[in-house]
Amino acid sequence: MSGQPHRRRIEVEEKGDIAVVGFIDKKILDEQNIQIIGEQLSELVDSEKKLKVVLNFANVEYLSSAALGKIIALNSKLKKANGKLVLSNIRPDIKEVFTITKLDKLIIIVNTEEEALKKF
Amino acid sequence: MKTLALFSPIHLYRVFHFSHFGVLWGQDALNSNPAGIDSDHTFQGTIKSDPAEVRVVQDHLESLLGLVAVGGRDSFCVKLGMEEALVNAVKHGNQMDHSKTVTVFMRINPIQFEAKITDQGPGFNLEDIPDPTDIENLERPCGRGLMLIRHYMHEVTHNETGNSVHMVRRFNQPEE
Repeated sequence: MSGQPHRRRIEVEEKGDIAVVGFIDKKILDEQNIQIIGEQLSELVDSEKKLKVVLNFANVEYLSSAALGKIIALNSKLKKANGKLVLSNIRPDIKEVFTITKLDKLIIIVNTEEEALKKF
Repeated sequence: MKTLALFSPIHLYRVFHFSHFGVLWGQDALNSNPAGIDSDHTFQGTIKSDPAEVRVVQDHLESLLGLVAVGGRDSFCVKLGMEEALVNAVKHGNQMDHSKTVTVFMRINPIQFEAKITDQGPGFNLEDIPDPTDIENLERPCGRGLMLIRHYMHEVTHNETGNSVHMVRRFNQPEE
């Protein structure tokens, strides 16, 4: 990777000790953006030491299996660090992607951010 | 058959060529067109093995979907299926080798969408692909593209080598 700082592809709001993450992009498809999202999600845990993370998908209209890979990696990272990941506000089309791939068995998915915050 | 001149000035360096799909697809594919040739819109192009080129094809796909007013569920399914197939071809097929190309053919009419995507990689054997939904594979970060293609398209066939996929989605079908 270059030494250039990447434009943020996620927005992080702190609610107590919980990091609520929103996505800038409506379509999480572009390979380079997915890489950057992956790095910025990793930094949340590695550098900012967040152990309670909510990914709010309210803004997301499309995502590909490459993006799923980054979410799985974040989930694994948090699990190793005794943290927890919860996903919320996923529109039905995208929720189906998690259901088909059975990732809804691996990762906690709830309807609203309010419900997500109660999972910690 | 209506062919689209889907060139944009910045992409003129690419070799986009339009041909009679009987030559490209063979007679079987020609016969599988239930709507009649006259209502088809087609696109054929060759892209470099670069994920950025996938976006260019997807932009053309968006135009095709708009031409036959495909929206909602069908649009989502076609775009996701194409995304996975194109990324598979560029990343897994050609291993992002810029000396290799991916050939894309898309055809749309009010009845269905079909596409053929061919890379220059060695291909693969379907039986060698682990089931990503097996409990021991759930945490693997990759390997779900093919599964999504099969879910969102009604027909998915690979050639014997495994470097070419042909897929069809019929519109306005009841969900299974």
